[in-house]
This record gives sequence, structure tokens and C-alpha cells, in this order.
Amino acid sequence: MSAHILAYPFDPFHSIIEHQQHSDLGKQFGATASFIGSMRDFNDDATVTGMVLEHYPDMTQRYLDDLEQQARQRWDLLDSLIIHRVGKINPANPIVLIACWSAHRRAALDACDWLIEELKHNAPFWKKETRQDGERWVEHNTDGH
Amino acid sequence: MSIQVKFFASLREKMGMSEIKIESASASTAGEVWDQCTHNADRPMNVLVAINLEYAQFDSSVSEGDEVAFFPPVTGG
Repeated sequence: MSAHILAYPFDPFHSIIEHQQHSDLGKQFGATASFIGSMRDFNDDATVTGMVLEHYPDMTQRYLDDLEQQARQRWDLLDSLIIHRVGKINPANPIVLIACWSAHRRAALDACDWLIEELKHNAPFWKKETRQDGERWVEHNTDGH
Repeated sequence: MSIQVKFFASLREKMGMSEIKIESASASTAGEVWDQCTHNADRPMNVLVAINLEYAQFDSSVSEGDEVAFFPPVTGG
């Protein structure tokens, strides 16, 4: 179980494999569920050419650690991983990875869904987009459904 | 009493400062901290507050040495 805030690009697929290989999962897990959020090159019908993600370092790390603890209490998870980018991001770059491991699929799927929704609604990150007509703070996230 | 106050994202730009330390703070709630450090500036409706890294309310109590943060709705993920 770990949460990382990175100021540099990462490969989420490699991160899943690396975490799995270095964890204590052994051969108990029968399900791995993951969500990868990447930067779109559009928002509200405007072209977006870049983004800066700001966060509240101490609170964000504490919040993500607490989310994982809550997920472990709610579902029968074997392990989980959260990675979130900060700093300058380009279109198509991964922004967030959530991965959950469990013996059976429902726990991993439901925990992964819950974790990304909680993160998007409450984790202290803020996006500032660069558009052709200048920079703009994103004021709200899209509905998850 | 001293309280460390932080502002983030669009609110940081609007306030023109990222953090400020209030010495001899007379504030007893987060809302009063806002009033004291912004000189009673109007508080945007959607501003969120955290005390010592935990979400709080504007009527939540503050104490000596607390860190109080104000920020807009979050947009991560």
C-alpha cells in the first residue's frame, strides 16, 4: 500500500508491474483493477496545450495515505497503489494511477472506483490549463458518471 | 498566539500571497483567521478551509501554532 506524488513523468503500466513485483502479494491475488487518468488536449470545447498541477504537499500526502487506509478497511484488498503527478504536464501524459489487488475481482474493482472518485472530489490538487487564449484555473471536475 | 496561514491555487493569486504568519492573533475560529489576515476581505462562496492538514469548517476553533489553509474547490485526478 503506497501513495506517491511525482513531479516528473511516469509510465503507469510499468509502475503497476514494478509495484506488483516488489510487493508481498505473492500468488494470492486473482484480480488487479486499475484506473489511469491522462491529460486531454481539450476542455469545454477549447484546445488545451498544457497544464500545471499544484498541490498542498503535506495535506495531499496525508489525504492519499488516509484514503488507502479507508479502502483497506472497506474492502478485502491485498494491496493498493496511488500515483499522482504535479508540476507541468503535457497532453496525453498520465496524471493519476490507481491500482488495487485482491483475491477476487469485486473488491479490487469497487475499491478502485471509490478511490478515484474520492481523490477527485477531495484531494487538494488544482489544475491550471494553458489555452490558446491564455491560462485558466479549472474550476470544477467533470462528473464521474 | 501565532497562526500560519496558507493560500493555494487561484486564491493564492487573488490574495497576492502564498502564506503569512499572524502574530498575536486574536482569532478563535478559521473564519476569524480569514478576516484578520485578509483585512476583512469578502470570502468567495466556494472557499474551502483546512486546519493542520485536515478539512475543517469556518467556525472550527483554532489554537496557538495551528496551520490554517484556504483554497478553492479541488480539481485533481
